[in-house]
Amino acid sequence: MKVFILSGYGFNCEEETKFAFEVAGATCDIVHINDWIKNKKRIFDYQMLAIPGGFSYGDDTGSGNAMANKIRNHLWEEILEFVNQDKLVIGICNGFQVLVNLGLLPSIENNYGKRTVALLHNNKGRYLNTWINIKIENDKCVFTKNISQMFLPIAHGEGNFFAEENILQQLNSNEQIVLRYCLENGFLANQIFPFNPNGAIEDVAGICSPNGKIFGLMPHPERAIFFTQRPDWNFLKEKFKREKKEIPKLNDGIEIFRNAVNYFK
Amino acid sequence: MPHRIEIISKFKDERTEIRLKKIHSLGNLEVKNIFIVDVYTIDKNFSFENLETFASLLSNPVTQTFFIDKPFFPNEFSWAIEIGFLSGVTDNVGNTAKEILIDKLSANEYNNNLSVYTSTLTFIEEKISLEKVQKIADNFSNHLINSIRIKNKSSYFQTNGMGIFIPKVELKPNSNADEVNLNVSDDELLKIGKFGILENQNQENEFRRGSLALELDYLKTIQNYFASQKRNPKDVEIESLAQTWSEHCKHTIFAAQIDEIENGIFKTYIKKATDDIRKLKGENDICISIFHDNAGGIIFDENFVVTDKVETHNTPSALDPFGGSVTGILGVNRDTIGFGKGAKPILNRYGFCFGFPNDESQLFRDKEKNYPLLFPKKILEGVVEGVNVGGNCSGIPTPQGFLFFDNRYKGKPLVFVGTIGLIPKTLNHESKSISLIEKKAQVGDYIVTIGGKVGQDGIHGATFSSETLSETSPSTAVQIGDAITQKKMSDAIIKDARNLNLYNSITDNGAGGLSCSVAEMARECGGAFVELEKVPTKYPNLPPWKIWISESQERMTLSVPKEKWNQFSELMKKHEVEATIIGEFTNSEKCVVSFYGKEVMNIDLEFLHNGLPKKNLKTESQKISKIKSFADLYFENSSFSHQEKLLHLLSHPNICSTQFVSEQYDHTVQGTSIISPLIGKGKVNGNTSVIRPILSSWKGVSVSQSLFPHLTEINPYLTSGITIDKSIGNLISIGTPLNHIALLDNFCWCDALNPKRLWQLKETALGCYDFAVQYQTPFISGKDSMFNDFRGYDEFGNEINISVLPTLLISSIGVITDIRKCVTMDFKFEDDEIFLVGKSFLETKNSTPSFKAIQEAIELEILSSSYSIQIGGIAVGLAKISIAGSLGIEVNLDEKILFDDFETQFIVSVEKKHSKKFEEICNKHNSNFKKIGKVVPEKKFTIKNFENKTLIESNLLELENYYKKPFESF
Repeated sequence: MKVFILSGYGFNCEEETKFAFEVAGATCDIVHINDWIKNKKRIFDYQMLAIPGGFSYGDDTGSGNAMANKIRNHLWEEILEFVNQDKLVIGICNGFQVLVNLGLLPSIENNYGKRTVALLHNNKGRYLNTWINIKIENDKCVFTKNISQMFLPIAHGEGNFFAEENILQQLNSNEQIVLRYCLENGFLANQIFPFNPNGAIEDVAGICSPNGKIFGLMPHPERAIFFTQRPDWNFLKEKFKREKKEIPKLNDGIEIFRNAVNYFK
Repeated sequence: MPHRIEIISKFKDERTEIRLKKIHSLGNLEVKNIFIVDVYTIDKNFSFENLETFASLLSNPVTQTFFIDKPFFPNEFSWAIEIGFLSGVTDNVGNTAKEILIDKLSANEYNNNLSVYTSTLTFIEEKISLEKVQKIADNFSNHLINSIRIKNKSSYFQTNGMGIFIPKVELKPNSNADEVNLNVSDDELLKIGKFGILENQNQENEFRRGSLALELDYLKTIQNYFASQKRNPKDVEIESLAQTWSEHCKHTIFAAQIDEIENGIFKTYIKKATDDIRKLKGENDICISIFHDNAGGIIFDENFVVTDKVETHNTPSALDPFGGSVTGILGVNRDTIGFGKGAKPILNRYGFCFGFPNDESQLFRDKEKNYPLLFPKKILEGVVEGVNVGGNCSGIPTPQGFLFFDNRYKGKPLVFVGTIGLIPKTLNHESKSISLIEKKAQVGDYIVTIGGKVGQDGIHGATFSSETLSETSPSTAVQIGDAITQKKMSDAIIKDARNLNLYNSITDNGAGGLSCSVAEMARECGGAFVELEKVPTKYPNLPPWKIWISESQERMTLSVPKEKWNQFSELMKKHEVEATIIGEFTNSEKCVVSFYGKEVMNIDLEFLHNGLPKKNLKTESQKISKIKSFADLYFENSSFSHQEKLLHLLSHPNICSTQFVSEQYDHTVQGTSIISPLIGKGKVNGNTSVIRPILSSWKGVSVSQSLFPHLTEINPYLTSGITIDKSIGNLISIGTPLNHIALLDNFCWCDALNPKRLWQLKETALGCYDFAVQYQTPFISGKDSMFNDFRGYDEFGNEINISVLPTLLISSIGVITDIRKCVTMDFKFEDDEIFLVGKSFLETKNSTPSFKAIQEAIELEILSSSYSIQIGGIAVGLAKISIAGSLGIEVNLDEKILFDDFETQFIVSVEKKHSKKFEEICNKHNSNFKKIGKVVPEKKFTIKNFENKTLIESNLLELENYYKKPFESF
């Protein structure tokens, strides 16, 4: 599978995203958005588009907004054609913010382009990098098949998911809410800090399109593909050693990338 | 006609609660509610239809709505405060908004004649006095960078809102370089040096341009040089010499003869330590590029080099904490990008020294009390946020750092920022192997600047940071960073242009701006010719001297071969990085600058770089006394119990949790984090971070820092030793081999020409030599800042001087062979045995035995936890390790050493079955060790003496509460 990873203007997670896809068995190209604009059709050489994390345009005028404007101005037709084919799209953190501002998520009733949800400032008012537990709510999304819970880092200032009541209802009934913040034991965070790190309504951490092929999430699975990336790996290593268990090499996050690769197998 | 777009939230705005909390923390201010409006002012005429499109591009329809050219009137309010930027201050959001509009209109012709300015309008729902409103406005702004406009409700209604305010810079045309007459009295020369060149001489609006920080002997040397040239200098030349010869750039005190040390303390102690160590280590030498480049470099593996540099940004941070620290971190990132042909920044670190955050005694820079100093708390908040924005937006993990408080930092804070980089040694290009470490501008190469434009911001930064902070400190030195402009530039260089071999040399535009970067690169080939009018500026009519020395941020200078210009230029366009040819490298042995065809500078390179007279300084030795632990100094004569002492220490701001900083700095980006800043279940701040910069290799880079400034005046030589010992010990504790560790020195001194201070400096530098050589850990880079003093007035108008503690920061960096063997500080399992390892440093002055023992034990994977003792000593260490692991202890200790910082080096825990092996390893290396007790499953924390008398009996909940309380509300 070939993945097209977008870069430029302040995205900054493209290299580790590429690495994670490669570990999962994909091949990737990191493409600067201006190179894409120069050759708009090149996206169709790929099965998947990944919009990585970072700070496109420094989050100025709202995270993801300026980049979404640029994409809408120059690449809207190609993106529409792409998502209407049997392709996958993932937006991680800033990428999620871009997808939401483009109206590619949640695209209720496949109404691509309409903005219906927002990612607001964290309710604590500050950028936060910490590790959280998330629960996978259903099997709708291609990327989260056969995963029940994950321990992943979040790193954002604007991840506070918001939608009006009627939209939320539709998202729930369509099973488009894929990830929710939870406790270690799987109980929902119920908006309690730090389990829900940003105040997201209904603990929403990630959503997908009605067909499950466009996926956006605030946590960073690409930073959690190795055992030693976990903040508690040193303790776990000691634990496994004493239990005479093998010390793992990989970690939760890789499953998301494997699911994407497996979809095309 | 300019237009105004106001954007308001339809739902609850998360920012309001945070601002309300801030308002309430000002005391005596009960404000019911506030309402925030984001304002965009567009300085160009557009149709309403266009404006509607713009407003929807700048807002979010899900949560916001907008008003165009008509003010928003909230239901309830008493006051409206609008905070914008002063003219000339970087407005990042405004610039992005402009880009959005131009992109939408596909109208690049607007690039030069469309401006967008942002401001924030806050409505206050509470009938309070104007004075209190002003207090709120002051808290949300900084008078050096922000404009403030306040209206009450009736005036807001009468005048139909806030009106339009355009902070445009308009300069009078004055495009000539002035001639400066140096054939004047010594008195007048001194005035030029201290207050600057006279502008509008003999006119009503005569004023001086701001300090050149040039002393009389320097001015005389310049006078003689131009006498020999048989002409008067141009202002550009004087300003340029002042930048290049500044303490900041030439480190004149480190180069001066001090007493018998003819070659100066840098060459004699710091550089010599490295030279001697490299000789000693022979083929095991780890150094690659030392002292001459923008950063230092050591071997990572056969293909890669890691670089390191630590900078200070003290004075700018005192005036504008946010701007000072964001430009500090972005600046040191550029030092990394400017290492060799460009290293990729892979880790940021920080260290902040402030006055105590609860101190609210007001100080002023002037007798009339017009220029108040910011309170330590406000400096802290601004500085912390600046590195947040700079580091996070750049996608560079920022795991490592510290906060240190002392009221001696109240006049001037210290803001240390450092960046580690990674660079391949060579580039395979067109089947040639090209060094990326070596760089050399070639005669005939274009001089190219890339990145931001030049403005009036950052004038005289290099010279004023070489002086005491006082009334004359220029506010033009204040700047706001633009992380995204820099990120684009960094990507264009590191990810593209470097790998295509499109330039021969590159350097950062930092202190002194072009005047320093071009002059520095000119040395590589032997000359430079610059046409200043080609330099892109933020606004018209900047005089040539300002263009030449402005430190406007996010710029770098490159040497691009003519035949590669087209490709280079195309590449920069793709990344939307402005690139401009401003001249050519020559071999004239001169630095020549012209402005619209007229020569404004023509100075011999030799004079420019080596013409400054060497100083000859004398010291006056001081009495030294016995080094004390932090607890002894802090609790002097108090009658607290051991228990009370422990709790007090745990909640001392120099020891307690700084989780609020660690968690707002992204430390997991790049996916490289191995040991992150918060350790264990209890999230205790560790003192060492580890990253795995290449995800396909098991090798790691470990970093730490250490400082003991409260001891310098007691015994500077030994303090130097302690600081180095700890900085290395921290790296050892997590598993860094001693033979792959390098050091960086940062001296932040005060009143450095005072012979007593100079003696402390000299002793400290001697300590640096002795202890670095003892451990064979070379210095690879360093920086000094010699005048961290504040001269001003207290609230009663009395003169007051505050000098920082003479501060040596030693940053350490090491390379780890296999990160899977690293050990963190947190206790892991009950029943593990706890050992103290190492003898008193004050006695032995050498920790090599314990370093070797720990290193071998970690290599054999028999330690479950490992901690290097910090201030607060053994009991504080045990408490932190317990909190981190969420496990209690039962230990026996001699009460005399409970809070001793230096009695022993490490606290480790070992699974019982490994204890014997561990003792053997210690014995083998002649390292002292003592088994003191064990880890227990309950959350109890018990320390007894050897007679089984209880010294401390606490529990983890209590300890954690004290440890985390101080900054809980930050």
